[in-house]
Amino acid sequence: MKYLLQRILFYVFTAWAAITINFFIPRMIPGDPVKSLLARFQGQMSSQAIDSLYVLFGLDKDASIWSQYIDYWKQLFHGDLGLSFTAFPAQVSDVISDALPWTLALVGITTIISFFLGTGLGVLAGWRRGSWVDGLLPATTFLSSVPYFWLGLLAIFLLAGPDSFFPSSGGYSPGLVPAFDQYFIPDAIQHSLLPALTILISSVSGWILSMRNMMVTVAAEDYITVAHAKGLSDRRVALSYAARNALLPNVSGFALSLGFIVGGTLLVEIVFSYPGLGFLLFRAVTAKDYPLMQGIFLVITISVLVANLIADIAYLLLDPRTRKEG
Amino acid sequence: MTIPTSSVEQVIPGQGAMAQPDPTPAKAKRQRFRFVSNAKALTGIIVLGIYILFAIIGPWVAPYDPDARSRDLTQGPSSSHWLGTTHLGQDVLSQILDGTRTVMVVGLAAGAMATILSVLIGVTAGYLGGSWDDSLSALSNVFLVIPALPLVIIITAAAPSGGATLVALIIGFTSWAWNARVLRAQTLSLRRRDYIEASRATGEKTWRIVLFEILPNLTAIIASGFVGTVIFAVTSEITLAFIGIGSDTGWNWGTILFWAQSQQALAQGAWWWFVPAGLAIAFLGTALSLINFGIDEFVSPRLRSAGKTKVKTASGRTVRMRVGFTPVLSNSSAPHTHAKPIPTIATAAATPVNRSKEATE
Repeated sequence: MKYLLQRILFYVFTAWAAITINFFIPRMIPGDPVKSLLARFQGQMSSQAIDSLYVLFGLDKDASIWSQYIDYWKQLFHGDLGLSFTAFPAQVSDVISDALPWTLALVGITTIISFFLGTGLGVLAGWRRGSWVDGLLPATTFLSSVPYFWLGLLAIFLLAGPDSFFPSSGGYSPGLVPAFDQYFIPDAIQHSLLPALTILISSVSGWILSMRNMMVTVAAEDYITVAHAKGLSDRRVALSYAARNALLPNVSGFALSLGFIVGGTLLVEIVFSYPGLGFLLFRAVTAKDYPLMQGIFLVITISVLVANLIADIAYLLLDPRTRKEG
Repeated sequence: MTIPTSSVEQVIPGQGAMAQPDPTPAKAKRQRFRFVSNAKALTGIIVLGIYILFAIIGPWVAPYDPDARSRDLTQGPSSSHWLGTTHLGQDVLSQILDGTRTVMVVGLAAGAMATILSVLIGVTAGYLGGSWDDSLSALSNVFLVIPALPLVIIITAAAPSGGATLVALIIGFTSWAWNARVLRAQTLSLRRRDYIEASRATGEKTWRIVLFEILPNLTAIIASGFVGTVIFAVTSEITLAFIGIGSDTGWNWGTILFWAQSQQALAQGAWWWFVPAGLAIAFLGTALSLINFGIDEFVSPRLRSAGKTKVKTASGRTVRMRVGFTPVLSNSSAPHTHAKPIPTIATAAATPVNRSKEATE
């Protein structure tokens, strides 16, 4: 699988680039903010924790940049991202692994639903050009121009409240303990409905538009005319001839725009105080918790890369041309 | 918008000189502002114009000093405060008007910077090819796949809190990749065309070919990329202000939302505090998207909404028009065509040439 191998190589390279960017950002800031944090927590930290922060943020000015880089990688391979200051004295990696499942569930599921729903509507809009679906386009443009977080604010204002079905914040009711049981799961779903709806409404229009435009382009191809001439039903031509071919660019577009979508959805978590990575990033930013910020960036980037790889595999399965050797 | 002249000057069949062999042929009417005649683009440009106007005059027409506190705490809209007040009695309308300038300047500056970077990287990669192409494409793919917003957030949070310029620089530096990719693809297809080969054969310098032969043909793509990046830049900038980092000087719609969120505007039912700022962002974004649709449809007319496509036939059935598909409308035996015999052309007159084929290939 030459194609797949190429893609994996590319993602490894991107991961390396992201980690290197992460390495250089704190080293380019004048006036070490981490040093002042260290001074504030003096005496409460073990010498080992201080050492790891020194390596992560390049506080050891004597070491050459190259040896700092090597040390940095060594530490990453041990999964040591330093100490979090907001959740002192917890490890950054522990704080992140608590938040990650929430984001994966909320953002992952909603993005997939949004992709399929948008693509479906896009097929309809492109195939029946000039029908009522085309009338939806300006409305969806407006919705996609609204920042995700503002739509969230509006949703809370209009739909949530003390005596509403939708809770306005949090990932679960305060009295519950996270577990896979009959009390917790429905409660968590109820809490995630409103954030999910917000993400869905603002992200679906992009898929509708790109799929519509691809359908319109594909509908003029000769093989569509041939399919009509063969007397196949309109539905069959639309789905197995036009949509199947129009889907390919949309799948590769899905992979590429994932980075943008994830950025937007993190903000929805902030508005809803949803216990995922976005809200964690917000808390880290407000508290100037640099180790946590950098750790979250790394985890988000790696997750997006993995999602990209999955989208590539899906592309491979959909497009027989990429499977050819050579 | 510079349009390749050939496509604008060409005579539209049935309406130009070809259809009326007058003894004194009227000069073919040029449609110089065809782009603007697109309803979507026109709406977008008008709305954008209003925003730019307020970016210039906003701080002067604001009824109050946006920072000035008053005794009217968290008041709803009234005749003295059209959009109500904040928890400190500041006038929300004045804050929005004052913020328009920052938002527009940062958005346009970041957009311009990202566009320049994308043209440099995309066109270089596409035209030079080889190892240049490989390394520059890899670079833009890396920037494309790394989630932009978290990257912008950690860089801005780490950087010393500077003014709006720094925010514009950071956003511009991280958002060029998509356009570079599109430009590279288009340049790749342009550089194989005959006229480029011809200018290369006549010994034109590379920079001259790129600047005068390739760039003019990329204008529409560059313009649409610019508009797209401005949308992204405005959203990112407001997002940064909303989570409380970035520029700490002056007002910006995100700052208004930041205070509204942190001062429990939602719980107090103070809708006037956060609704106007959000609508301002949404209308600006919609206007820019509309301009982009206009550009897209200008470049690729097929994407236009088809208008009314359902047609009633004589037998009462409805038929839907579709690209590449001609419905038969009547059951009469007459030929289903409006074609007329081609008028014989006086050989003395100039031969009308339809250049549309050459122009589109």
